[in-house]
Amino acid sequence: MIRTALVTGLLGAALNVAAQAPHSFDPIAEVLQHPRCLNCHTFTEYPTQSRKMVDPISGEVSYLRFRHAQQVIRGEKGFGAPTLQCGACHQDENVADGKVPGAPHWHLAPLSMGWEGLNRGELCETLKDTDKNGGRDLAALVKHMEEDALVLWGWTPGGDRDTPPYAHADFIDLLKLWVAAGAPCPTN
Amino acid sequence: MTTPAPRETFALSVNGRVEQTDVSPDKPLLWVLRDELDLKGSKYGCGRALCGACTVHVDGQPTRACVTPVKAVAGKSVTTIEALSETELGARVQRAWTSLNVPQCGYCQSGQIMAVVALLKAIPAPTDPQIDEALSGNICRCGMYPRIRKAVHELAAGGFA
Repeated sequence: MIRTALVTGLLGAALNVAAQAPHSFDPIAEVLQHPRCLNCHTFTEYPTQSRKMVDPISGEVSYLRFRHAQQVIRGEKGFGAPTLQCGACHQDENVADGKVPGAPHWHLAPLSMGWEGLNRGELCETLKDTDKNGGRDLAALVKHMEEDALVLWGWTPGGDRDTPPYAHADFIDLLKLWVAAGAPCPTN
Repeated sequence: MTTPAPRETFALSVNGRVEQTDVSPDKPLLWVLRDELDLKGSKYGCGRALCGACTVHVDGQPTRACVTPVKAVAGKSVTTIEALSETELGARVQRAWTSLNVPQCGYCQSGQIMAVVALLKAIPAPTDPQIDEALSGNICRCGMYPRIRKAVHELAAGGFA
């Protein structure tokens, strides 16, 4: 009786530790869930903008995300309304004072690649799902994250915008490690 | 304070003419149009692509000239409010504007007209939501939106020919 209880307890504790142990996808999720990515990986018919909030006592950073100014819309292909394209304002690079961000082919990710509100497991599965991610296998996914101009913009956003956690090169290393491990997904 | 890039010579296609300018490649198109080419119809409003007063067409697409570096339009076709009356649609829009007294103070109206012409080219008979989608980035602090919408609908119905 005592032995059974002990084993059960130890097993439960071990599972609990396993559930809380760092997962190779965790740092990737941290990056993908940053506003630099989420503002255009929405489930909405419009992009969002964000404002950094710092708790004056704890120093904790959070982000308030809200609908993009001017009520701009996603449009059929993610490039805005045919008569008010994202490129009307967002040029190929940030403007000199950084107030208006810009990068080549500025647009929203398709709705299938919305990441808002997903837990790490759902985000991971979405990222890998070739039916949702534009048909990219893992190698193509790494290449996209490594080279796409709009992805790279996330690390040079201009103005006083925050960058995602981890330098871009470190993020790519983490991504490659995760892929090399078989791209496992966490369960939550 | 960033140092402007050295000047370069650009051959710009503006209103169907090729114009030579010798400016910093980062200079906003709006200031090239207004200060170098003396085309002052496009207005400076916010300087941050938020109000639409500076709207011009670049290859037919409404574009905010205040945040568009001149180097971005090299090899492209720029149209400003000054050339709009040379097209049938542009002339009709201008007639609608005067007939319906659309502007009040008028400051935003060159941008509004540029946006409306682009809208009617793309969607000849737009619905109210389509009008909103096209013009939501053009702010009118006099609140002339109902008149703008009325003008668009009357133009779509063939008015002001």
